[in-house]
Amino acid sequence: MLHSLYSFYRDGFQRMTVGKRLWLIIAIKLFIMFAVLKTFFFPNYLNTQFDTDADRANHVLEQITVVYAGKK
Amino acid sequence: MVEQIDFSQVNWARAQFALTALYHWIFVPLTLGLSFLLAFFETIYVKTGNEEWKRLTKFWMTLFAINFAIGVATGIIMEFEFGTNWSNYSWIVGDIFGAPLAVEGLLAFFLESTFFALMFFGWDRVSKRMHLFSTWMVAIGSNLSALWILVANGWMQNPVGMEFNPDTARFEMVNFTEVLFNPVAVSKFTHTTSSGFLLACLFVVGVSSWYLLKERHILLAKRSIVVASVFGFIAASFVGLTGDEAAFDVSQHQPMKLAAMEGLYDGEVNAGAIVMGIMNSQKIAGDTQEPFIVEVKIPFVLSLLANRKFNSFVPGVNDMVFGNGEQGIVSAASRIEKGRKAIAALAAYKEARNNHDDAVSQQALEQLNAHKADIGYGYLDSGVDAVPPVATTFYAFHIMVALGTLFPLIFLVFLYYTYKGELEKTGWLHIVGLCCIPLAWVASEAGWVVAEVGRQPWAIQDLLPVQVANTNLTTGTVQTTFFMFLFLFTLLIFAEFKIMLTQIKNGPEED
Repeated sequence: MLHSLYSFYRDGFQRMTVGKRLWLIIAIKLFIMFAVLKTFFFPNYLNTQFDTDADRANHVLEQITVVYAGKK
Repeated sequence: MVEQIDFSQVNWARAQFALTALYHWIFVPLTLGLSFLLAFFETIYVKTGNEEWKRLTKFWMTLFAINFAIGVATGIIMEFEFGTNWSNYSWIVGDIFGAPLAVEGLLAFFLESTFFALMFFGWDRVSKRMHLFSTWMVAIGSNLSALWILVANGWMQNPVGMEFNPDTARFEMVNFTEVLFNPVAVSKFTHTTSSGFLLACLFVVGVSSWYLLKERHILLAKRSIVVASVFGFIAASFVGLTGDEAAFDVSQHQPMKLAAMEGLYDGEVNAGAIVMGIMNSQKIAGDTQEPFIVEVKIPFVLSLLANRKFNSFVPGVNDMVFGNGEQGIVSAASRIEKGRKAIAALAAYKEARNNHDDAVSQQALEQLNAHKADIGYGYLDSGVDAVPPVATTFYAFHIMVALGTLFPLIFLVFLYYTYKGELEKTGWLHIVGLCCIPLAWVASEAGWVVAEVGRQPWAIQDLLPVQVANTNLTTGTVQTTFFMFLFLFTLLIFAEFKIMLTQIKNGPEED
């Protein structure tokens, strides 16, 4: 079962006529997106700044009731 | 021509989101529509047993694969942006979006990954019927995936089925059915997916027209044009119907957006719809200038579209900014006042909870509930802040409608010449077909500009303006990633273009 599944995918990839350049583009794209952009440029702000959901909720409440409201 | 650009941090974040959404949308509609065309082509092959149809299906499937492969995961970027640039928004809507996006993930993973492999690799490995079933599943699965993200978007335009929890600062879902069958989400899903079908049909007609111009693969081109023109005409008609429904929903839930779409500053009974016009770029809400330099208007039509009644009132920008007592429309200034009371009540509630003062927290909660429908207005400086960029919304809407009106006629002309047996001889029509490829994307992207620019300043309609949804980051941080995305996505588009063109030039495989 597993072998036939493996050979199904292996043969499929091997027979792809436009595959090689396409897979290279996909690999580079996913590497840039996840290994570079996500890691170095797009941290989840609340997850990296606060440890608990209660802290995150307090921060957002502070933002929407004091920080932004205070600008008015 | 268009509004002045404000280069503040929130606008860089908006520009970045717009950029990624517009680029992402280059790939998505072709996937949505081409998947169904593949299913039609293959169904004909299975029914007739004619190997030419199999060759045709495999050719379009290769173009589908290129588009899918290059486009896959471009939408993930928007999720990155939510967490970094829009952290307040992400937190506030987390409970609403979590369920639909989780369902989308599961559907996309199980349906698409399983049946995609069977569709691409299974031609000689599974039975004809199993392969056909896989192709249909890919089409249905891809379009169902779009459902959930559009449900989420529909909720932002018309937030229903939720309650705000002041302890967690989150909107919590209280009625999943209401969220799923939100009229804005339903019309958004039907309009968006059918416009994807239309775009893919124009792509197939355009590429086939190129083959006819070059006198190559004539049979494949003619057969592709017939199927795509029939499906395209049906899809285009459906786009018109769902567009009408979407406009009606906008008038009911986002009247300011409708006013911007039509450049309507002063509300009217028996309001007319603008067919075409040039807006006065100096016009601002409340002044006495004419909104249009030139306009062609059809009387009564806007009232009919907006309210399903000829003699009904359609509010304009000024009615909503300054109020209209006669029509029972509250001014934005009054809503700002209520919004500020709601924000103050939320702050008081939070403090009372921290002090364990139940009586004060209860009182604050009552005050919050009394004014919560206008809480978003409390963050605006003045009534005119509630007005979206009118000219951008107006032009995008009219470009979309004009092209959307033209496309079904083009399909009819293709079908007419096919019926007369003169399709190969009409070179001018092949050029028209070819020109329709970029126009299809222009119309499709313009639709999103209407939907998203027209709902400004709101991230969540009436409840959360974009500047509050935003994370407090430095402008430089967002600028850097904006240009990185611009570079990355432009590169991807060029790659798609080059590989597609090579594949189209090569034509179908010879069996």
